[in-house]
Amino acid sequence: MIQLVSFYIFASIVIASAAMVIFARNPVHSVLWLIVAFFNAAGLMVLIGAEFIAMLLVIVYVGAVAVLFLFVVMMLDIDFAELRAGFIKNVPLGLLLAIVLVAELVLGIGAYQAGAVQLGTPEAGVATVSPTVPNIEAIGALLYSKYVFLFETAGLILLVAMVGAIVLTHRRSHNTRGQNISSQVQRRPEDATRNVNQPVGQGIEL
Amino acid sequence: MIGIEHYLVVSSILFVMGVLGIFLNRKNVIIILMAIELILLAVNINLVAFSVFLGDLTGQIFAMFVLTVAAGEAAIGLAILVIYFRGRGTIAVDDVNRMKG
Repeated sequence: MIQLVSFYIFASIVIASAAMVIFARNPVHSVLWLIVAFFNAAGLMVLIGAEFIAMLLVIVYVGAVAVLFLFVVMMLDIDFAELRAGFIKNVPLGLLLAIVLVAELVLGIGAYQAGAVQLGTPEAGVATVSPTVPNIEAIGALLYSKYVFLFETAGLILLVAMVGAIVLTHRRSHNTRGQNISSQVQRRPEDATRNVNQPVGQGIEL
Repeated sequence: MIGIEHYLVVSSILFVMGVLGIFLNRKNVIIILMAIELILLAVNINLVAFSVFLGDLTGQIFAMFVLTVAAGEAAIGLAILVIYFRGRGTIAVDDVNRMKG
């Protein structure tokens, strides 16, 4: 019973906040509704025992991506009213497309309920879920053994994304004085210093 | 009793919401990026639901990679948005012709 109630709570909040994301007038509100949507989607995933992905959603999306969106929305001085000018004009086409997509998905799910298509039985080496091993432990064991190259590729993708974002947005400012390593290394003592035999009682020449 | 159909319905509604968001806010690229995040969230819900209901952990591994790519895509997209705004002073994307493509 409590599973049913919490499923419907999470699902309705996810869908309502997704609607608010696309219909909100202010993009800051959109980002905040996006956070709500991700949080409740994480709840949906906890409900079926996928804790690892749920925590990843909260950490990566709510903690990083949504904050990134918030920073960008607040940093840029954008006239959002002008950007909403074509909103009403686009409604018929968008609704038509949405209805077509919903019809297709309803057809698919209805066909699934009538009887699933038999795609053959799983192979013996498939990564089955064991009820005694916790979800996070099982995923860790799989991730660091069978999928370790994919895992490293994911790290590489994140590295490339990070370098790309920095290269794209970095602005070299002209009033900072950086180091010129080669001229510093090439500097010789003969060019920089001189020896003088300083007589007593006279000022020094600078 | 919650079956996989419940999760499929939720994720399909979420997916359609994302597509609708792209079509409704065609000028505002920030909302378009958020709608893409919604679509990827729907895909993730689907992957996790099938993974759990079929008893195969590979779906959750795959959901993690989708998450990784989504994070990278958001970072690069927002970086492009920032430099576009610097050059043009607006983010209306329905008349982007800077590269004459």
